[in-house]
Amino acid sequence: MTDRFETLAARIDERFGEQMLRVESSCGELTYEVDRDHLVEVATALRGEIGFEILIDVCGVDYLTYGSDEWLTQSATDTGFSRGVEREPVILDEADEFDPRRFAVVYHLLSLQQNVRMRLRVFTGTANPPILHSVVDIWNSANWFEREAFDMYGILFEGHPDLRRILTDYGFIGHPFRKDFPLIGNVEVSYDEEKGRVAYQPVSIEPRTLVPRVIRDDNRYSADLKDKTDG
Amino acid sequence: MAEIQSYTMNFGPQHPAAHGVLRLVLELEGEVIHKADPHVGLLHRATEKLAESKPFSQSIGYMDRLDYVSMMCNEHGYVLAIEKLLGIEVPIRAQYIRVMFDEITRILNHLMWLGAHGLDIGAMTIFLYCFREREDLMDLYEAVSGTRMHATYYRPGGVYRDLPETMPKYQESKFRSKKEVERMNADRQGSLLDFVEAFTDKFPGCVDEYEMLLTDNRIWKQRTVNIGVVSPERAMQLGFSGPMLRGSGVEWDLRKKQPYEVYDQMDFDIPVGVNGDCYDRYLVRVEELRQSNRIIRQCVDWLRNNPGPVMIDDRKVVAPKRVEMKDDMESLIHHFKLFTEGYCVPEGEAYAAVEHPKGEFGVYLVSDGANKPYRLKIRAPGFVHLSAMAEMVEGHMLADVVAVIGTQDIVFGEVDR
Repeated sequence: MTDRFETLAARIDERFGEQMLRVESSCGELTYEVDRDHLVEVATALRGEIGFEILIDVCGVDYLTYGSDEWLTQSATDTGFSRGVEREPVILDEADEFDPRRFAVVYHLLSLQQNVRMRLRVFTGTANPPILHSVVDIWNSANWFEREAFDMYGILFEGHPDLRRILTDYGFIGHPFRKDFPLIGNVEVSYDEEKGRVAYQPVSIEPRTLVPRVIRDDNRYSADLKDKTDG
Repeated sequence: MAEIQSYTMNFGPQHPAAHGVLRLVLELEGEVIHKADPHVGLLHRATEKLAESKPFSQSIGYMDRLDYVSMMCNEHGYVLAIEKLLGIEVPIRAQYIRVMFDEITRILNHLMWLGAHGLDIGAMTIFLYCFREREDLMDLYEAVSGTRMHATYYRPGGVYRDLPETMPKYQESKFRSKKEVERMNADRQGSLLDFVEAFTDKFPGCVDEYEMLLTDNRIWKQRTVNIGVVSPERAMQLGFSGPMLRGSGVEWDLRKKQPYEVYDQMDFDIPVGVNGDCYDRYLVRVEELRQSNRIIRQCVDWLRNNPGPVMIDDRKVVAPKRVEMKDDMESLIHHFKLFTEGYCVPEGEAYAAVEHPKGEFGVYLVSDGANKPYRLKIRAPGFVHLSAMAEMVEGHMLADVVAVIGTQDIVFGEVDR
């Protein structure tokens, strides 16, 4: 497994050089970061020359709250901790520009001939709305995946033949998988007797967090400490 | 009478052949389909977003509800991704149990598919036959997990519990005579493994029955041969996997090519189609029923002779037994921490894929070191297959749409997630 990976990695490094940046992986997976300007060029070559004939998956990722927790437990308190966690209010990003490492699109590729997988991550840059070039022409299976990424994250794909919403309701507003979109949503529906139809209204339920999100300083999994016993 | 050139028809979402909530907007000319535009998302529950708000192990139950006819395989993909990030290896006996239940699930799924697909295109009997065998397999689910469908049986680190020594039995009632109950309980006298073994003995005969009804059936062939043909090149381009890819003649099965758990110890064959039409995909799936039966049998033989733990012994991931909790302070703390906070998964990202009955079911998990996933993406095979619907039905008759929906083995729980 690792041999095949390393051969492939060497081939990719040789072919693309600076265009693709290898990312360390803790579980033996091959991950590369690609600049958005080189995406189409790299994808075409990966399919044609390197032989990744199947695009397994395309998904958006929103890195807005990456690495932040809701419950700081660095030091002990006199009063104890409450279970009722106030979610940090997320300020809606009205700015023209995003943090360049906020939105990413992740492509999972599979080569049947060589029996290897790889992952490609492309950050969308600062543009609002985020935009990337579509890969539908290279792998046709990207069609619905890109529609889904657009629907869920509002990432636009230039050159996509039919970029419509796919999973959300007709007439839905917002992009629900963004980290600043509340889990409970913004609207709720109910049947309105008087109007004789289903009507939308603002959500009436309170958001709550049952289990706070915590990040522990846990050294058990760090590579240099693993498999070492005490002392 | 005015001549009708072309018109648009709405198929579903409340249509028995739509396999749930598929809305298809069809552009027809006469009865010939020009364009099909599937509208999905009517069952969208944002599983991926919900998972981001819960500790890792609380989302296993959501996985059952994705593809609700192959529950344990969904769980398998998810727990594999967590295990990959945690870097833990599950005990060998748990791996065999997982493989056995994956294959039981595959039979469950394929029986459901066969019955529903048959019913859609005019074969009533097969549906009843398939559900007869499904009942036994559902009982197996119930015996190990307590529920017939949404099992939550696979856990990071192994499986919830070892196989039980007894099978639940039918009770006599005013609807069931003593004689009938005795017949139904005949296989249930021993352990779960005895019951599985009895099932594997009789199941090839059942598959013969299904095949007798369909394989050479003239009507069945008229409805499926040369319908929805996909060439191997197109199948790859469209991202197909599982029986859809194999039906087109591409020999690709994750169980063989990228084996997980103990699939590399198993002896089985991969059936491959030739023409890439609905009939070939039918043949592939029916042969998979037989191959799954073979795998189950091998697992039963191994499991009989090799007792052992079914869960790793790591209290940071797996909760201690209740008995230990009663008199061991540390166990109590572990239990409390695991159920109030869960475990933190090291920072990183992992993609784990299993050969789900429908194709490649992948789980892409991004963790930032917290006790909840940062991002969970479920790669559902049905979603990809359905995206090719437009291409597969173009130029076919309206009635063939139903055959194509059937052959794609669509379940909306996983398409919409």
